[in-house]
Amino acid sequence: MIPQDFHFFEKITAREAVEYYSALFHVRPKVDDLLAQVALSDKAHARFDTLSGGQKQKLGLALALVNDPRICFLDEPTTGLDPHARRAIWEVIRRLREEGRTVFLTTHYLEEAQLLADRVAIIHRGEIIAEGSPGEIIQAHGGPERLVVTGGPPVAEFFRRRAGLAPTVRDGQVEIPIQSKEEGLGYLDDLRSSGIAWTGFTVERDTLEDVFIRLVGRMDDGELKSEAAP
Amino acid sequence: MNGRRIAADLKITARGYLRNPVALFFALVFPLILILLFGLIFSGGSGGPVTIYAQNFDHQSPASRAFLSALNNTSAVRVQVVPASVGNLSTYLGQNGYAVGLIVPAGFAANYTHGLPVHVTLFTNPQAASSAGIALGAVQGVANAFNLALACPPARDCQLVSIANENVGSNVYTYIDYLIPGLIGFSILTSPMFSMVDVTSSYRKEGLFRQLSLTPLTRAEWLTSRILWYILLTFLSAAIMLGIGLGLFGAHVTVSLAILPFLVLGPFFFVALGMVAGSAARTPETAAVIGNIITFPMMFLTGTFFPVSEFPPALQLVARVLPLYYVIDGMNQVMLFGNLRAAGIDLAVILVASIVVFVLAIVLFRWRDE
Repeated sequence: MIPQDFHFFEKITAREAVEYYSALFHVRPKVDDLLAQVALSDKAHARFDTLSGGQKQKLGLALALVNDPRICFLDEPTTGLDPHARRAIWEVIRRLREEGRTVFLTTHYLEEAQLLADRVAIIHRGEIIAEGSPGEIIQAHGGPERLVVTGGPPVAEFFRRRAGLAPTVRDGQVEIPIQSKEEGLGYLDDLRSSGIAWTGFTVERDTLEDVFIRLVGRMDDGELKSEAAP
Repeated sequence: MNGRRIAADLKITARGYLRNPVALFFALVFPLILILLFGLIFSGGSGGPVTIYAQNFDHQSPASRAFLSALNNTSAVRVQVVPASVGNLSTYLGQNGYAVGLIVPAGFAANYTHGLPVHVTLFTNPQAASSAGIALGAVQGVANAFNLALACPPARDCQLVSIANENVGSNVYTYIDYLIPGLIGFSILTSPMFSMVDVTSSYRKEGLFRQLSLTPLTRAEWLTSRILWYILLTFLSAAIMLGIGLGLFGAHVTVSLAILPFLVLGPFFFVALGMVAGSAARTPETAAVIGNIITFPMMFLTGTFFPVSEFPPALQLVARVLPLYYVIDGMNQVMLFGNLRAAGIDLAVILVASIVVFVLAIVLFRWRDE
């Protein structure tokens, strides 16, 4: 298990830290392997107080792996890290998963959960409010897919007139809810035939974070209403 | 308790400590500066009055008290009255390393007023020739004044009050002799106390203890490794003190294996006490305050810089409730007075205290907050 904001003895090097933990667990110290596994080999002789936040977390991961655990608990391992360090930690976590270990990852970054997890449990106020694979949760609690076309007001006007759609316009992006990709392709064909200028399109769907915001917002609203009731 | 885990933790503790210049400075260099400083300041001998430890066996009489009072009024000596209960004065002087003593015999006043000869006995130590000379001169002066007060006619021998001078057969100790055990005690106190209070509170705040709790290392093993480290540091510090004291200042202390129990139990006690103080506080800042409240009185009142026997009686009583007193007094008994029986009593006190504090530390100290 490694906690958020991992700390160690300041004047001790990464190599010595792994040797220390190996001695405590009475296992053969596989220092080079472990440091390589968390991409910290080049910092083997650096003292803990000279490591960056991401490197400290990586060392924490290496120490958590000293006794070759089948289950790892990682408590917000990327909190406060820069994007580069965060991606490096993600790589380590993916590797742990590929090695067949079970990783329990707690995080506030839903993007992280969506990228890394096989199964996600969304916890709100101590209760699991949604559970499943990221795709299942999005499917169950997310909104429909959206066709997003980059173009000006004429594009929005075209969709409004053409099929009585109710597109939303945000920062020059026109969004239309669609039930399937085929439906979206049909709209694009019509748009192309109309000769109205547009520059690009994407098909988007809710992320885990969108779902989280929606679920939690819905719960909080419900609670607020029930609190307000006489 | 697992020796392998203790050894691993001891190794990591030693590495961390040896790479920390501030900790090393306070553990080894600071006491060294103190011994050099105090040794140089006081190695020329004290310029103050010579203390005469006096037993008055005629204490009811105004004449005997006037004699001691007159002696005390000379600027050369200071009279410290010793009760008859301490027993043989010569032995008492020897055991405490005092250079000068005086016995006013029973019947002093009666003899004096009846014109009969009376001898006061002055104990001096040939090793402390200057103190002996000053004391003899002062006592002689006061005796002469008493003799002259009889208005003796010139033809008659009126030397009623005379002085019998005897040697004290023991060593006389100089300031540096007291300073060596005192500063070893200082080191035993400060190094573990300051460090352990800080470590215990800050490791808890940083979650380091929580991490250690996830390893097989137990609290008792962790505490034991710390104790072992500070015992090693104490050995090193004591060796430096003795080397400087004996080599540079020519101290007269006995280096005996009998000081080892104090060099072991002293750090044992203060590591555990530091941990108790650190565990009792919620924040590192509060821990530092608690640590200072415990440490500072002991730093000055237990014979670290000056012998407790030189303190006013009230402060001597205070010293006796402070644990470091028993560590320093025990080392004084071994290194200065060769009194192993007294050292044994000190050792018993510190042993009992150590066990109590160790148990308390284990009970109070938690890897993580509840």
